[in-house]
Amino acid sequence: MTTASDPLIQLDRWQAEGRKTALATVVSTWGSSPRPVGSHLAVSDTGDFAGSVSGGCIEGAVVAAAQEAIASGQAKLLEFGVTNEMAWEVGLACGGRIQVLVEPVAA
Amino acid sequence: MKLALLKELQREIAGKQPCATVTELAGSRQALVTTAEVRGDKFLSADQLAEVRKRLASDRSGVIDEAQLFVRVYTPAPRMVIVGAVHIAQALAPMAKLAGFDVTVIDPREAFARSSQLSDVNAIVAWPDEAMVEVAPDVRTAVVTLTHDPKLDDPALAAALQSPAFYIGALGSRKTHAKRLQRLAVEGFNEADLARINGPVGIDIDAITPAEIAVSILAQVIATLRAEAI
Repeated sequence: MTTASDPLIQLDRWQAEGRKTALATVVSTWGSSPRPVGSHLAVSDTGDFAGSVSGGCIEGAVVAAAQEAIASGQAKLLEFGVTNEMAWEVGLACGGRIQVLVEPVAA
Repeated sequence: MKLALLKELQREIAGKQPCATVTELAGSRQALVTTAEVRGDKFLSADQLAEVRKRLASDRSGVIDEAQLFVRVYTPAPRMVIVGAVHIAQALAPMAKLAGFDVTVIDPREAFARSSQLSDVNAIVAWPDEAMVEVAPDVRTAVVTLTHDPKLDDPALAAALQSPAFYIGALGSRKTHAKRLQRLAVEGFNEADLARINGPVGIDIDAITPAEIAVSILAQVIATLRAEAI
């Protein structure tokens, strides 16, 4: 659907402005989760973001991880959910579990 | 993701070409798979590529190969072709657009097709038989006729039945629909063809107003689209 590509268009705009960016993507879900596999969140080095990977529950943590990925140049696989032993201070209120891949956009 | 690959991905999406990215979850290599070729620095085995193409065809993103690779499928927006720029179309077109459909309204009556409520959707001011050639419905297209005027609806339905459109719906009461099926049968369509037409159109929610009828039609179109994807 067209809406899914909007975060990619935002990435392009930021890149054109000379900003560093990362792309977060839902790669797996278990149980109920608010956004389907493939959902994108585009993040800039200044913490601006577009799109969504959870409908608000974990965006803050994903944005922070994305900024780290931009700084380190390394992709990272994040996991959120009720079974997650406080690795993050956030979780999904719906009781689901999701994996999010955060990739820096590199030249 | 490499910037060059991101640019290529955006070019494919802008060109409305189905494609998929394949990403290593424990590395950083990545491939871009289109219907014609594979690009990028990630080599895919024949088995992996077959699985990616299967997912591309059924629009299913997800992990493959014991969760080592992630496949993200990008397909162009499904289309909805509405015949008749009538009241229900004025509600259905913006709702379908909101739900992610690429909407086209066909009506030969200039004043209807150019109405202000339809200003932000594609309008084709032409007779449905000509317009349907231009639209060329494919497997990701829904066709909904709303005029209940046989002059306009019948040619559009005939064209839709000759296409692989995933959904065909026609507004009209049971009586109107029965007569419509008789006319189409005379034109040579068989029972299996006619069974493809959802009529009376929409799921039964006792809809009364144009907006309510639009909800019932859109719900049926989405249900059909999602059922086909599985």
